[in-house]
Amino acid sequence: MRIFGLLAVIITGALLLYATADLPTWGDPGSPANASPISQYYITQIETDTHVPNMVTAVLADYRSYDTMFETVVIFAAGIAIIGVLRGIPVTRKSLGSRGVQKDCIIQVTCRLLIPVIQVFALYVLAHGHHSPGGGFQGGVILGASFILLALSRDLDLALKRLSEKRFLILSASGILLYAGVGLTAELLGGNFLDYSILHKITLYDPIMARYWSMLWVEIGVAMTVCAIMFAIYANLSSRGSLKEGL
Amino acid sequence: MIPALDVIILVFLVITAVISLRVRDLLSASMIFGAYSFLICLLWAEMGAVDVAFTEAAVGAGVSTVFLIATVFNTCRNSSD
Repeated sequence: MRIFGLLAVIITGALLLYATADLPTWGDPGSPANASPISQYYITQIETDTHVPNMVTAVLADYRSYDTMFETVVIFAAGIAIIGVLRGIPVTRKSLGSRGVQKDCIIQVTCRLLIPVIQVFALYVLAHGHHSPGGGFQGGVILGASFILLALSRDLDLALKRLSEKRFLILSASGILLYAGVGLTAELLGGNFLDYSILHKITLYDPIMARYWSMLWVEIGVAMTVCAIMFAIYANLSSRGSLKEGL
Repeated sequence: MIPALDVIILVFLVITAVISLRVRDLLSASMIFGAYSFLICLLWAEMGAVDVAFTEAAVGAGVSTVFLIATVFNTCRNSSD
């Protein structure tokens, strides 16, 4: 039976390699990704429309913000699904504490020095996403990873004291609420859903800078959800749903 | 886009992917998966897609490897095939 699997993989791989001969060369200005009208619109008009130098963030958070909102909802749903699945399984195997992992002094001190730096860097990546690579999702993942580092180097209990279950559930839900709230405010003011330029009526900015700052708000919403869910998934995976004893 | 660096990273990519599937100890497989994530992050950074490389480094070589290792610790450590 396994020979059929191997045959299928070899044929598919050969077909894919044959198809790569048709791909355009890297950086070709005539390739479909570069020469299509919508790409040309993005490349020429993003600076005048939104004043955001990082085109990737502008497309993700403004022109395609609907997709980013549902991406955030998918991350939230994945976290809730993991919590739901693991919470219903009774813990029947031996206690995790019998593994005998010693808490090392060097690791604890190093992590204690590193974690504030990591968190400040995560907030920098979030805030500077308009000008440098990064943005909401990357900043949120790094922030969540700093809490995971706290749980790994010390105890899961200590990390849960900082970001308890109630807090991370509220944080993740309010991230999506913030994102959808920005869109709903735009709709209530008369524009389309997630059409940020109409928000200049309730803020002190002109329509172009209203788009700039609304992008920051939605990125903050994404970062809140992603940070909370990353830590939620780790806390539930490592303690098998009981949140009592980590790795 | 330096062709020689590309070829080296791609060769290592294929090697880590094959080893990650073939090894019996699941803990080693998760770690090699983390190495795979790191190599593809390098590939994307070298191609100029820095945002994607950033995300892959944070998610793949960081958080995803931790999740896999946490799961391996809580289930069995030897693959059955």
